[in-house]
Amino acid sequence: MRRLSLSWLGALPFFVYVGLFLLLPTAIIVVGSFTAPGGGFTLANFSGIDKPFMVRAFTTSLSVSAVSAVAGAVLGAILAYAVVTGRPDGMLRRTIMSASGVLAQFGGVALAFAFIATISTVGFVYIFLQQHGIDIYPKGVWLYEPPGVTLIYLYFQIPLMLLVFLPALDGIKPQWREATQSLGGTTWHYWRYVAGPLLAPAFLGCTLLLFANAFSAYATIAALLTNGGPYVPLQIQALLTSESEQTQPGLAQGLAFAMIVIVVIVMTLYALLQRRTSRWLQ
Amino acid sequence: MKWGSLLRQLGIAVVAFVLVAACGGSSSGSGSSACSESTAKTATSASACGGMDALIAAAKAEGQLNVIALPPDWANYGELISSFTAKYGITINSANPNGSSQDEVNAFDGTSNAPDVVDVGQAVALANTAKFTPYQVSTWNDIPAGAKEPTGLWFNDYGGYMGIGYDSTKVPGGAINAVSDLLGSGFKNKVALAGDPTKSNQGLNGVIMAAVANGGSLDDVSKGVAFFKQLKQAGNYVPVVGTASTVKLGQTPVLFEWDYLSKSHGADVSSWKIFVPSNAIIGGYYSQAINKAAPHPAAARLWEEYLYSDAGQNLWLKGGARPVRMAAMTTAGTVNQTYAAALPAVNGTPQVPSGDQTSKASAYVVANWTAAVS
Repeated sequence: MRRLSLSWLGALPFFVYVGLFLLLPTAIIVVGSFTAPGGGFTLANFSGIDKPFMVRAFTTSLSVSAVSAVAGAVLGAILAYAVVTGRPDGMLRRTIMSASGVLAQFGGVALAFAFIATISTVGFVYIFLQQHGIDIYPKGVWLYEPPGVTLIYLYFQIPLMLLVFLPALDGIKPQWREATQSLGGTTWHYWRYVAGPLLAPAFLGCTLLLFANAFSAYATIAALLTNGGPYVPLQIQALLTSESEQTQPGLAQGLAFAMIVIVVIVMTLYALLQRRTSRWLQ
Repeated sequence: MKWGSLLRQLGIAVVAFVLVAACGGSSSGSGSSACSESTAKTATSASACGGMDALIAAAKAEGQLNVIALPPDWANYGELISSFTAKYGITINSANPNGSSQDEVNAFDGTSNAPDVVDVGQAVALANTAKFTPYQVSTWNDIPAGAKEPTGLWFNDYGGYMGIGYDSTKVPGGAINAVSDLLGSGFKNKVALAGDPTKSNQGLNGVIMAAVANGGSLDDVSKGVAFFKQLKQAGNYVPVVGTASTVKLGQTPVLFEWDYLSKSHGADVSSWKIFVPSNAIIGGYYSQAINKAAPHPAAARLWEEYLYSDAGQNLWLKGGARPVRMAAMTTAGTVNQTYAAALPAVNGTPQVPSGDQTSKASAYVVANWTAAVS
């Protein structure tokens, strides 16, 4: 009994932290998005969410998140496979692991600046290539477009995939492969009927995590697209800070609520897939 | 509805008040009756507070003035502040120099640290008249009728024209002669705005200027949005807010912004020039207003008198901004010729969007901007 109460005490700071900085703001947004300016229940905060430019913001945010999640998952999984086939305590694995731990958290102003300083029109890589006759922007600067944002997001998506997918790969036992071979199975059979089905839930779950990660990212695009862009977080920012009579805090909360709904759906699916993954790979 | 009735009540109150103040002024005669804190708080002119000398004495007794969001390098405010202090011995507490117009009004918290006076954009001035108190400076009649609220709740102070600042070494031919030039292939990845037009007043006026230059009007900003769509399709638009640092870096070598702010880039880029299209001279003014609950009511009024004196107006002009009394001062011959000659050349008739036109333009831009440029 005593041990139980002590362990609760240890977790208390965590729960207070999560409560103050995750649950409380979420509750404020959920309540606020259904509250009229003078109090009382309303759905008016969601009117305007169907305007073409808002729909556009959602489709762009969703598609950039989806593409960067799938590409990040595939590339990250390949990298993770390369790492896992190396020596468990080798230099390669340790270097890649610690680098990924840092890079997966590399975002915001620093990340935007890194790309502006390298491949924007004033970046040294761009200028170097231009001097050698290569123009990477023949039809306009795609760095500020969805392809550019996707590229920038991959910078933290791939390392994150490595970190979250590696435990699943580690759970694959070499004996299973040997068993497949001793039963006459080929490499194809092994991936198709053994490793593939085992890893699929983990892979899909990690992809969903990456999706949520990109969907909720704000600081990077805010620093890159200082003049706004068709992304939901930037539209929320514009609704809150406009100085030309266009501030709509209600609609901003409505948009935030819609984002929360999407993230909750994605994370629920992720949790379900994680549960399935853990059945085999622990 | 609520607002309407509130404003009406306010209007009645103001009219009643002016009458009372006028009666009070005449009954007290010409004597230098003390301008106490309570009389200064509601004085709608210097004479309502016993005349300039009484106002100065009361302001000196207060000894302090709170101002907010006045960067020293913006329209020469640094010199205005130091010269006011030198002249009257009144300390100026300058808070949050880089704040926005909305920040200024948000700081009206009823404490002794609240701003006494504000310098705000048109939209913020119109939206917050209930928080201001009417005052008419002694040079009130020099301010054009459209540039002030009739009772003096707010009154324009200085402004400028929307221009296209550019690095003349980075544009074809070394000069821009028309807004349509920007669509040329020599402007690839070069053209930017100084603010997001869906939320920044300066950015919005850039789009309004493009509209007027392309056959639109102050009432029809759609041609400006269409122009930026063309710029985007030509690969010439840069979706980055132009600032001193992006100009210095070369990221935004062609930039739509207020001419008096663009002027400062010359310090970083010596080949920086400003083009104001003769067919689209869009003016924009900031406004002064006095906090209804100003902690230093006499100093606040004296500061306004100073800003609207010839000396104050010429100091704004020195900073590249066009003071609101400039036309009257030009006629009277009191304008500083050297500073006036240093302003960017403008040929044509300026147009100033009204509050209503700005609101409509803003609503259109918010609804259509994203689709046009992304």
